[in-house]
Amino acid sequence: MHNSTAPEFVISASNLTKKYGDFVAVDGISFDVPPGEAFGLLGPNGAGKSTTMKMIGGVSQRTGGDLTIMGLDPEQHGPEVRAHLGVVPQQDNLDEELKVRDNLLVYGRYFGLPMSYLQPKADELLEFAQLSDKGKARVDALSGGMKRRLTIARSLINDPKILLLDEPTTGLDPQARHILWDRLFRLKEAGVTLILTTHYMDEAEQLCDRLIVVDKGRIMAEGSPAALIREHSTREVLELRFGSDRNATVGAELEGIGERLETLPDRVLIYAHDGEAALEQITARGLRPITSLVRRSSLEDVFLRLTGRSLVD
Amino acid sequence: MTDHHAPSGAKIVDRHPVLGLRSPLTPAESAAKARKFGSIYYAEHWLRKLKGYGWTVVMTSVGTPLVYLFAMGVGLATLVDANSNASLDGGSAGPVSYLVFVAPALLATAAIMVASEENTYSVMDGFKWHRTYYGPNASPLSSAQLVNGHVVGVSVRLLMTTGIYFLFLLLFGAVQEGTGWIMIFSAALAGLAFGLPLMAYAASIVEDKGQFAMVQRFVVMPLFLFSGTFFPLDAMPLAVRWIGWISPLWHSTELGRIVSYGYSEPGVLTVVHVLYLLLLCAVGLYFARRNYVRRLGK
Repeated sequence: MHNSTAPEFVISASNLTKKYGDFVAVDGISFDVPPGEAFGLLGPNGAGKSTTMKMIGGVSQRTGGDLTIMGLDPEQHGPEVRAHLGVVPQQDNLDEELKVRDNLLVYGRYFGLPMSYLQPKADELLEFAQLSDKGKARVDALSGGMKRRLTIARSLINDPKILLLDEPTTGLDPQARHILWDRLFRLKEAGVTLILTTHYMDEAEQLCDRLIVVDKGRIMAEGSPAALIREHSTREVLELRFGSDRNATVGAELEGIGERLETLPDRVLIYAHDGEAALEQITARGLRPITSLVRRSSLEDVFLRLTGRSLVD
Repeated sequence: MTDHHAPSGAKIVDRHPVLGLRSPLTPAESAAKARKFGSIYYAEHWLRKLKGYGWTVVMTSVGTPLVYLFAMGVGLATLVDANSNASLDGGSAGPVSYLVFVAPALLATAAIMVASEENTYSVMDGFKWHRTYYGPNASPLSSAQLVNGHVVGVSVRLLMTTGIYFLFLLLFGAVQEGTGWIMIFSAALAGLAFGLPLMAYAASIVEDKGQFAMVQRFVVMPLFLFSGTFFPLDAMPLAVRWIGWISPLWHSTELGRIVSYGYSEPGVLTVVHVLYLLLLCAVGLYFARRNYVRRLGK
């Protein structure tokens, strides 16, 4: 930065609040993001993640608290803040009447960038997004995954230091998600600060150095994925299915096994340091689950523990 | 395309192994340029889009005048000119043919048709259908700049339409005076005077319940028929003459008649025509900006 006093944090939110009438979408959240970090907001739909992203992106004004991006208040320095950012919105908003490559060019012009830079940059980004052979195609001829990759390419046209990604892989098939993750990981390695919202725990675990778990506009927990799991869950989880009519009633018979028990409509979760040992105890009690599975704890378990609800309904 | 604002002789040599070409501008420089030229940047986008359906634009610009001028000039005009003993006021030029009389109205109508198309569905598309406004909204551009850019784009299309139409008017002998070319602009002004308030209205619509079809039926059509288009407004009963007085079409048509065949009216009325059209533009622009800012959150 040409700024002599480079801010310690690229994003700094303190008691950030957004109300729509009586409804509180974001309820006084605070966090700081240092440069180069991949920072995640994990939470179910309606948790206030997208609203937070809009405030960071300077397209929604906060109703309380403080917020700075690169030391600038997005309300007073909207264009300056947005010039720092690359934004991947939850819903693609590409111009379907323009060709693929033209979408990149017109977007670059919004940043005052000259065509002498934009022409080669657009080709480069098409390659990065694996869309080189689609440059002259119409946008509506692209698949969902291709549109998403084009949206990410578009967000990079101004060579941003900060990338805002709102649910970047929602609605994509597994293969398309992995391609996207690979691209995002490379950007992170190159020092780009990633801010992403997701309700996929695997996405958060793959990409985020640190994350906040958000529910009903509030921060429930904060830390690295591994630390959050260590803190709020056991090492392993034993998943048992006794059939939908039995899952609810079998709880009493499982008493004392593992550290904690969670009964869901379709299965019973036993949190234990050693899942296999817990399973042996169960069979020793003469219980015969239809299926059993031992796995490592995930952020899904952290969320369940903190809110009593699943991430994906 | 070249960029006149780039520092002369600046060469981009900076390249990162992963991030590729580095931006020649700092974010602060980008923001400064966007603050200054953002409206033009959005107009560029708009016109690039227009190029995408260029063939449709040319076809409507050429086809519409051909159809109307044949219908009016060869069809209706023959009938009117043969049967009318009340000569149409041709000002200093004396009585004029029906085609000459109706030409300024047809020209302004074409502009209003284009404007009502570009300021309804394309606005809805930006906010709702393809959400194309939300892309630029996340860039350094302001909401007001999106409005300005859109208006510049529409103005270019309007001038293309009225310009081509005017050539056809000349071809059909529908213009008598050398000042007739001014109609290209007075007609385009009618398009904006009608289009800008419509743009503001379109930006306020959240759910599409067929409002635009209603506008077409109950606003555009009556204006087309009752604005002194096919016969002088004075021929209408007083009870419906007000439709013409509030209609941008009538004001623009009267201006067109003055420059096209020397139609005479009190000078103060001419000033009123121009001011009224400008007023509609200003009011429309004000509310369009207000609604865009509300909707886009900044």
